[in-house]
Amino acid sequence: MTYRFDAVDEVRAGLGKVDYLADEGIAGVVYLADRLQKPILVEGPAGTGKTQLAKSVAEMTGARLIRLQCYEGLDEAKALYEWNYKKQLLRIQAERNSEGTWNEIEDDIFSDEFLLERPLLEAIRSPDPVVLLIDEVDRVEVETEALLLEILSDYQVSIPELGTVVATQIPLVFLTSNNTRELSEALKRRCLYLHIDYPDLEREKEIVLTKVPGVSENLADQIARIVRSIRQLELKKAPSVSETLDWARTLVHLGVEQVDEQQATETITILLKYQADIAKAIKEFGGDGKTWTRGGQAPSRS
Amino acid sequence: MTTALPTDDATPATTGDALVDLLNGFIVELREAGLPVSLTENLDAMQAVRHIPLEDREAFKYALAATLVKNNAHWRAFETVFEVYFSYRGAHYRIVDDDGEPLSDEELAEMGEMAGSQGGQGGPGEAMSNEELAEMLYRALMEGDEALMRALARQSVSRFAGMEPGRPVGGTYYLYRTLRNLDLDGLLDRLMEQAQQAAPEPMTPLEARLEEDEYEGRIEQLKKEIEAEIRRRLVADRGVEAMAKTLRKPLPEDVDFMHASREEMADLRKAIYPLTRKLAVRLTRKRRHGRKGPLDFRSTVRHSLSYGGVPAEPKFRYPKPSKPEIFVIADISGSVAAFARFTLHLVYAISNQFSKVRAFVFIDGIDEVTRFFEGVEDIGDAIHRVNTEADVVWVDGHSDYGHAFEVFWDTYGKDVGPKTTVLILGDARNNYHASQSWVIKEIEHKARHVYWLNPEPRSYWDTGDSIVGEYAIHTDGAYECRNLRQLETFVEKLA
Repeated sequence: MTYRFDAVDEVRAGLGKVDYLADEGIAGVVYLADRLQKPILVEGPAGTGKTQLAKSVAEMTGARLIRLQCYEGLDEAKALYEWNYKKQLLRIQAERNSEGTWNEIEDDIFSDEFLLERPLLEAIRSPDPVVLLIDEVDRVEVETEALLLEILSDYQVSIPELGTVVATQIPLVFLTSNNTRELSEALKRRCLYLHIDYPDLEREKEIVLTKVPGVSENLADQIARIVRSIRQLELKKAPSVSETLDWARTLVHLGVEQVDEQQATETITILLKYQADIAKAIKEFGGDGKTWTRGGQAPSRS
Repeated sequence: MTTALPTDDATPATTGDALVDLLNGFIVELREAGLPVSLTENLDAMQAVRHIPLEDREAFKYALAATLVKNNAHWRAFETVFEVYFSYRGAHYRIVDDDGEPLSDEELAEMGEMAGSQGGQGGPGEAMSNEELAEMLYRALMEGDEALMRALARQSVSRFAGMEPGRPVGGTYYLYRTLRNLDLDGLLDRLMEQAQQAAPEPMTPLEARLEEDEYEGRIEQLKKEIEAEIRRRLVADRGVEAMAKTLRKPLPEDVDFMHASREEMADLRKAIYPLTRKLAVRLTRKRRHGRKGPLDFRSTVRHSLSYGGVPAEPKFRYPKPSKPEIFVIADISGSVAAFARFTLHLVYAISNQFSKVRAFVFIDGIDEVTRFFEGVEDIGDAIHRVNTEADVVWVDGHSDYGHAFEVFWDTYGKDVGPKTTVLILGDARNNYHASQSWVIKEIEHKARHVYWLNPEPRSYWDTGDSIVGEYAIHTDGAYECRNLRQLETFVEKLA
C-alpha cells in the first residue's frame, strides 16, 4: 500500500500551492484519511470552504474530481447505477428473430454494456486516481443515507445481476454537510470528522491576500478585523469567508485603501444578507456619537 | 458502565502499553461525559495515533478529535477531557515548589529575556513586585506577545491563586482569586487609553471598536491560559481521574433548565438557533413526504375514462393533515422562566406548522402576549419583550396557578375549540393557593389535547407545594422537560 502523503506538513504545503490555506487540523485530517483509508465528513457553517477543500485536494493530487450533489429524492438510480432499459429493449427485439436461447439473452442484457454508471460507481471503477465529493449529504433522507454505507466502509458496490464491484483503487472521499439535520450514527461512525469553522484573524487575512488580487496588506488586515468583530455579534447569519472575499474585491474595485465607517456602511450589504443583521451591525459600529470615552463607560460589549 | 474495551492484541504493538491504558481511560471518560463513542471509533483512534508523531501534541489532538468526536457541540467537552488527560506534565506544575527552586530553567530564561528586553528593570520571576507584574502583563497584552502572556499567566497563578495541595475546592475558586488580583477590566481601560493616545488623530467609533475587540480577544486568551494553568496544577495534585470527574460538564442539550448557570444559559441560547432550524426542516419534510393514502376508487374510475375504461392511473386519497391551533400558557415566574422562554422560542420557530399560535404568560395574573410575536423577525427580541412588558402580577408576584387559570377561563375560554391544542408550562408549585383544577377539566372537554410540561424531575412532582398531579389527571399527558433534548422530542411529536 502506498500512501499519497508522507507527512502532515506535505499536505499543508501542497494545499497552499493550489491556493487553499489549510490550518493544522484540516491538513492533519486529510493526511489521516489517506492513511486510514477513511472518508472525511466535513461540517461547518456555509461558505467556509468545505466543498473547496475537496476540489483543492483533487487538484493537489492530480486526481479527477467526481461529484455527487445530494438533494431530496436522490435515489439509487441517480447515485449508484441504472440499467439502460431502452437499450435492453432494443437488444431483445433484435434478438427476436435469431435462435438465441432465453438464458443467452438474459446473460447478455445484464452485462456491462447495458449498465449506466452513476457517480458512486464511477468513482469505484475508475482506473485512474479520483477524489469523490458527496456534497450536502444532509439533504438526502435518512433512508437514502444507507445507500452510501457500503461504499464508504468497504469501497464496493453490490449489483445483484453482476455481483460485487470492488474498488480498483481507494479514492479519497469527502462528504460535506451543512448540518440541517443530524446524520445517522452509522454514517458518522464510518467517517473521520472535520469541523471547519470561520478562520482566525491571521488565516482570514492570508486568505484575502491570496485570493484577491491587488489588495494591500493593510486593507486585508483591516477587512479581517472588521469581519471578526462582526462575527462576534449575535447575528442570524454571520458573514462567511466567501462573503469576506466578495467584500474585499468590492473594496479593491472601489479603490479603497482605508476602510472608514461610511464605506463600511455603504458596502455592508455584501457581508450581511438580513435587514435585521445589517441594522444591528450599523448600530454597533456606526457613528451614533458613542465614541470611546476615556476612563468612562466603555461602549456596550456584545 | 460496562463497555467492551479493546484488549492489547487489538491495538498496535508499536504504541506502548502505557499509552493504550491512558487512551482507554480517556475514552471511558469521554463516554462518562456523554459522548457516544462506539467500539469502532475507539479502534479507529488507536489506528490513527499510529500514523502521527506522538510528540506533536496538536496532531495527536486532531487525530483523536477526528476519530472520536462526530458532533461539533461536543467539542468543548472533548477539549476539557483532553486537557486533563494529556496536559503537559512536569515538576514545575506542582502546587508547592520544593524550597528555593520556584521556577524551572525555561521559565527563568523567559523571564530573563523579557526583563532584558525592557532595559533590565525587574529581576527574574519571584523578585518582581506585583506592580511590575501588572506592568509586564500590560505590555504583553499591548504587543500580543503570546509566549510572554503564557509565562505571566503561570506566574500569576503561583502568586495569587493560593493553591494548597489536597484542598478540595474546584478550579473556579482559584480562577476567581487570580483574576481578582489582576484587575483585567482596568487593564482593558488602560490599553484603550493608550491606543487612543497613540493614534495620530481621535479614533472613530469603528476604529475604537476594532481595537477594543482585539484587546478583549487577547485578554480572553490570557484567561484561558490561566485556567489551563490552574487545571494542570490540579491534575498534578489530584491525579487524572479525580480531576476529570470534577470537571465533567453536561453537554448543552443535557443541561437542566432549572439549574443552568449563566454561562450555560448563554450556551443554551446559542444552541437553540440551530436546533429550531433543524426541527423546522425535519417537520416540513415529514409533512411533504408523509402522504400515502388509501385508493380513491371514485377518482380512479373517473380518470380511467380517458383510457377507455382501463384504470391505468390509480388515484389515491391524500390525507390532509389539519394544522392544529396552539395555545401556550406559560408560568414565567423566577425559577421556571428560562424553561418558558425556550419553549416559546421553539414553538414560535415552527409556527408555520400550526394554523395559529397564541401565547399567554402568567405568574399570579395572566396576560396574552401573542402581540409581541406578530410580524417580528427575531423571536429572541419578542421573548425579551414578553419578560419585561407583559402584565402578569396580580397581587404579590408569587405563582398562583389557580387564579391565573380562572382568569384565563373567563377571558379566553370561549376561544378554546375542538381544533385547539393547549400546552401548559410550569412546575405547578402553587404556593398552597387553591388549585382550581376544574378549569383544566373544562379546557380538556373543549380542546383537542391538553399537555402539561414540567421542567422539574419527575421524582419531585407532588412534593411540597407542587400539585402537578392534581392538574395532570385532567390532561392528555404530563411530560418532564428538563433539558433541550426532552423539549425537542416533545415539540416534534406535537407537530
